[in-house]
Amino acid sequence: MDDALKAPSRRAFLKGTAAVAAGSVAGAAAAGTPDPLITEVQDWASATGAGVDETPYGLPIRFEADVVRRNVEWLTASPISSINFTPIHALDGTITPQGCAFERHHSGAIELAKEDYRLMINGLVDTPLVFTYEDLERFPRENHVYFCECAANTGMEWAGAQLNGVQFTHGMIHNMEYTGVPLRALLNEAGLDAAGDLSDKWVYVEGADASSNGRSIPMEKALDDVLVAFKANGEALRMEHGYPVRLVVPGWEGNMWVKWLRRIEVTDMAVESREETSKYTDVLEDGTARKWTWVMDAKSVITSPSPQSPITHGPGPMVISGLAWSGHGKITRVDVSKDGGITWETARLGKQGDTKALTRFYLDTEWDGSDMLLQARAMDETGYVQPTKAQLREQRGENSVYHNNCIQTWHIKPNGEAENVEVS
Amino acid sequence: MSKFLNASIAALLIASPALAGDKLGLGREALPEEIAAWDVDVLPDGRGLPEGRGDVFTGEEVFAAACASCHGDFAEGVDNWPVLAGGFDTLDDKDPVKTVGSYWPYLSTVWDYVHRSMPFGAAQTLSADETYAIVAYILYSNDLVDDDFELSHENFAEFTMYNADGFIIDDRAETEYAIWSGEPCMTNCKDSAEITMRASVLDVTPDVEEDSASDATAGSETQTAAVAETEAEETKTEEVAVAALDPALVAEGEKVFKKCSTCHQIGEGAKNRSGPILTGVMGRSFGGVDGYRYSKVFKAAAEEGRVWDDESMAAFLTKPKAYLKGTKMSFPGLKKDSEVAAIIAYLKSFDG
Repeated sequence: MDDALKAPSRRAFLKGTAAVAAGSVAGAAAAGTPDPLITEVQDWASATGAGVDETPYGLPIRFEADVVRRNVEWLTASPISSINFTPIHALDGTITPQGCAFERHHSGAIELAKEDYRLMINGLVDTPLVFTYEDLERFPRENHVYFCECAANTGMEWAGAQLNGVQFTHGMIHNMEYTGVPLRALLNEAGLDAAGDLSDKWVYVEGADASSNGRSIPMEKALDDVLVAFKANGEALRMEHGYPVRLVVPGWEGNMWVKWLRRIEVTDMAVESREETSKYTDVLEDGTARKWTWVMDAKSVITSPSPQSPITHGPGPMVISGLAWSGHGKITRVDVSKDGGITWETARLGKQGDTKALTRFYLDTEWDGSDMLLQARAMDETGYVQPTKAQLREQRGENSVYHNNCIQTWHIKPNGEAENVEVS
Repeated sequence: MSKFLNASIAALLIASPALAGDKLGLGREALPEEIAAWDVDVLPDGRGLPEGRGDVFTGEEVFAAACASCHGDFAEGVDNWPVLAGGFDTLDDKDPVKTVGSYWPYLSTVWDYVHRSMPFGAAQTLSADETYAIVAYILYSNDLVDDDFELSHENFAEFTMYNADGFIIDDRAETEYAIWSGEPCMTNCKDSAEITMRASVLDVTPDVEEDSASDATAGSETQTAAVAETEAEETKTEEVAVAALDPALVAEGEKVFKKCSTCHQIGEGAKNRSGPILTGVMGRSFGGVDGYRYSKVFKAAAEEGRVWDDESMAAFLTKPKAYLKGTKMSFPGLKKDSEVAAIIAYLKSFDG
């Protein structure tokens, strides 16, 4: 191994040593010294705590203050048109709280009140319509859990191991339970007879913000599972997630999930907007670019241990945990390798995978304290197997930014620290 | 519903709770004026374009005023802002330069995006003629037209972009899915696995302590001090007046100023862009830069003799539109008091 390394992440290292120190206190207690946390009456066990009115809307306790979205400043010219990253290294289960779910804005997050909200449906429809927010809540509504992944997630890793933290390599993803109206119900309300043969028709969707972020969606998808959503995880969408109404396009790249949705136009061709030509297209090795690469292929990553979540407890029993997802449907299996892909064992799924939603996996295992090269490999219900970085590069070259769903490797060192690496 | 529905779509509709014809009578009919106001997208064949025209010469002027602060006078891009010109024959490189000239397949996309979403911070303010002129200038800056070129709704459809044939429709189902499926290898999948690259070598990961108030560490303090020292040395040689300012705060303010630099320039060689020059702004009258077209509210404040001091600047930067109702500054405001203090220190470090 290379000795002339910089420390992978000072925070990860400090957090690691701090936790090891705490662990050794507990260890001392086990060795015979009574633990004062148990033998002495603590303040919280004697005095009273906070009253019910203290926080009308609660935030995480202050000890969790570092579980926050983070930005990579050098990625973009301005935070107004930028992206930040979900702290997936510190989360478990599958649902992402809205307050730490990654944000991507093209002209900043806007404040749009429900009473100022209007949704127009026009174009090749029988009757162009305008809905208010209240109108939307009068349609039959549904609940679905879906992941939303930016097409650029893991994009910085195309050229090689770059960012030392799963938050940064894989944090352009979140997973929420949405409440909303199927788009097909709204299209039906406007009437599609005027559109004629629907098999070659499109809907063009745009937002109310300055970027408008317009995207074309083929009618077949629009009539399938697209939702016009107004709640996430049981509460109103947060401003940064498109309050009061956003589009949910299950399994497809996040850029199509238009926030502050204001207009749906039925068209006879794709608009070929800026976001579907100059951006979110994939340049191949010969310079040709793939367009309309909407589906996010199956992908997985180990969230713990990882560079921001090192092993702090030393050798012995441990849980390797991560997330898997597929835009084609359900995750059926996740395999984990500790030796960089030479041998694999099948992990346990937290629960049966939902279609187009995050699935949590666990490998309950023993660590002998030696180096590990940790990898996860997802399979979905179509039989697709997540490719290695080498396999992806063989097909697409290295000119791409988007749709990188390669297998990720973490190097776990004997002291428990982890680093983002690439392996042969 | 249409009798021409293909089978899969028909099946979807029948399976859904909202059956064809089963309308709820919700919403109201959109009025023609409303549709005209919002339906402004332009299709690749030119449908949706309003009548109008603009030439390269006019475009250069409009571009300099509305676009150049981010994209550069020659569309070459400033800092991290998009480069609009050049990059031809780079698409098969590892770092392709994807500009309007080298990459964008449709002219309609350029017109539509400029007209609807630009300039950044003042979208939907360009007229149709201005948009034609800007698009003509962008083509000129890419050497795709001559300097006497005029673009209009009449000749729009005749223009074919350089990379018009450069795109294929998603073919992953054929090229990738077939080879990446089936029962995967579980044992002896390769001879060895050696580390070939490490993220720490590049060292581009953000320092995550910075935004975490709960754990200030000796490490980050040392680093801040080092940055401050360097900054102090640089400023010392330039200006004596800076000595009174906390160099660490000035350095912090320089970072925060990135949010402002979209529209404002400061220091030697600064020019008015979409916002006025900020050199010497602290202690200056409101609306006090010659040659900058201020909004009415700024002109009124200038007449009242108001002067930028710590208090007024802090109030303005926290909530610009609330403090000076009618300002055309599109910036929404700084959320943290620490950022406001830092930027005021930074502004003071340029006393003009």
